[in-house]
Amino acid sequence: MALEASPQSRLTAFLKSDLFYRFRTSYVTVAASAVTVFILLAALLAPWIAPHDPFDVSTLSLWDSELPPVWAEGGDPRFLLGTDNQGRDVLSAILYGSRISLAVGFVSVALAMVIGIVVGLVSGYFGGAVDAFFMRIADVMLSFPTILVALLVSGIVRGALPREMHDSAALIVLVFAITVTTWVQYARTVRSSTMVERSREYVYAAQLVGRKPFAILFSHILPNVMGPVLVIATINLAMAILIEATLSFLGVGMPPTNPSLGTLIRVGNEYLFSGVWWVVIFPSLTLVALVLAVNLLGDWLRDALNPKLR
Amino acid sequence: MSSATDTQPLVSLTGLSKTFDLSPPLLNRLIERKGRRTLRAVDALNIDIPRGKTFSLVGESGCGKSTVAKLVVGLHGATSGSITFDGTDLTRLAAADRGAFRKRIQMIFQDPYASLNPRWRVRDIIAEPLRSFGITSSKQEERAEVGRLLEMVGLSARDGEKFPHEFSGGQRQRISIARAISSKPEFLVCDEPTSALDVSVQSQVLNLMRDLQDELGLTYLFISHDLAVVDFMSDYVGVMYLGRLVEAGPAEQIFAAPEHPYTRLLMDTVPDISLGRRDRAPAIGEVPNPITPPPGCSFNPRCPLATQRCREQSPALAARSSGTVVACHAVTGEPAAGSRPGAGGAAGTGTGTVAQRQPERGVA
Repeated sequence: MALEASPQSRLTAFLKSDLFYRFRTSYVTVAASAVTVFILLAALLAPWIAPHDPFDVSTLSLWDSELPPVWAEGGDPRFLLGTDNQGRDVLSAILYGSRISLAVGFVSVALAMVIGIVVGLVSGYFGGAVDAFFMRIADVMLSFPTILVALLVSGIVRGALPREMHDSAALIVLVFAITVTTWVQYARTVRSSTMVERSREYVYAAQLVGRKPFAILFSHILPNVMGPVLVIATINLAMAILIEATLSFLGVGMPPTNPSLGTLIRVGNEYLFSGVWWVVIFPSLTLVALVLAVNLLGDWLRDALNPKLR
Repeated sequence: MSSATDTQPLVSLTGLSKTFDLSPPLLNRLIERKGRRTLRAVDALNIDIPRGKTFSLVGESGCGKSTVAKLVVGLHGATSGSITFDGTDLTRLAAADRGAFRKRIQMIFQDPYASLNPRWRVRDIIAEPLRSFGITSSKQEERAEVGRLLEMVGLSARDGEKFPHEFSGGQRQRISIARAISSKPEFLVCDEPTSALDVSVQSQVLNLMRDLQDELGLTYLFISHDLAVVDFMSDYVGVMYLGRLVEAGPAEQIFAAPEHPYTRLLMDTVPDISLGRRDRAPAIGEVPNPITPPPGCSFNPRCPLATQRCREQSPALAARSSGTVVACHAVTGEPAAGSRPGAGGAAGTGTGTVAQRQPERGVA
């Protein structure tokens, strides 16, 4: 592919593009992406910016337990958002917790996307028995509530694994459960777009020069069906984070020793009525802000990429 | 009668048929007691296309023209009959052996907005056949060839950097032509290449196609419903109705003296072609549902000349003294009913475009 555009001109082209204009002029979207980027950066840089290491038991002191946030009466300036019953810094726990939540979200979305795209392309292009086979599987997956399947999957995997491995395998189990329940959406979307694209004349032209089906699928059809997939991926990122939080809240997700946002909310929930509200409220707010921001981004992307709304 | 052929036609279709199965799924057939439904899109078509000439297929929408195009290039498999290209029957070729012929048979599509991948740069679109057939060995060679092809179709070599949406419909069709000729084919199937274009742009694209034909010695199968375009492009014309050829022959003969009532109906619908003084035989109605074609001659419900025989018996193509073939009881049934004085002058020019047809089989 000779004559690559220089990075400079790529950037200016992007800044002048329709997509960027639509982004720039939507204040809600700019705010949502700012929140998302802020939480992403905070999570990524947690080991460097967190005031404490919540996993280092030697730094914990029960004298510091259940301290309120700094601005409340009895607050300690070392613990901005207060501490939990173990004396752990809530802010640090949130930073490390959102790391796990985001990791689960991104990895499961990426996996589900890859599986869904491949299944959708193959089903839509070849049709017939191949299509029927994959779509019946998809129907079965769709006939169960997502959270039920996720509970089932994590239950089965936990049953199959020895007890001492539960905590270390928790992350993988979560990712697996979420992937298994969400790939169907990508597969269905990609399949229907592929069925439209495969009878377009540029596909015939590629067939006429003897391109093999998989070459046509990945070099011709895939770039043309990616738009809706990206939209679903964004919205599903928020959903995956929520499923993770729900599973962790129900106690089948991340263990309290390595908490995600959902685990923090579950653990903090138990102290809510004893007046220790900060342990549950701050992780919850973070989760709400993250999910809302990602959802708003997804909505914007859906509208921006939909030519009918232009 | 047409004179004996001195050279073998480049392409000849013999008894070519295509039936589509529109049956509901097996379960529905068993439970709802629905029968099988088939659509005979192309029915025993016989066409010969001499090297370097243009054969046009005309007819209304749904008459099977585009199906013929897809059959010839191999996008559909034929139900029966043969497609002989330069002496080889393509319908009996194994998929692996078809490769060599793909290079020699290419296609120009109808919709210039759908035939170019919107996510690909023009240079990649044109280079795809070059890469797939391994025609160019290096990137530099490929770029030079793409530039040459772009200039050949009247665009600039620098246009290769752009995406298809940066071009107009006519320019896109030029890109489509550049792609089609990039593998140096001998035979181009053109499926209504100008029907999506403005009239002013149409003529530019048609002129380009004729220039390329002279320059590269191309043979065209040209599919269109626009008789003015067909008149401009064709050496030979075949008129299709519901999957069958009803009249075929040298273009000037068909345009000068159309014999089949359907051909005459088509000519009547074109206001700006002067065909001399003719009695207008008004024909009305629409093309019947091809799934349940009428018995006898499929044109009989619309035909002003239809008789009882037309409703019972399907006419076979019969050679006319003018060098054409016609399938119509009213024309061929009574002696000299449709032949016109002076039409015989065109007989010498016919090079056996349309093979003598075997006796018709009955319509299902």
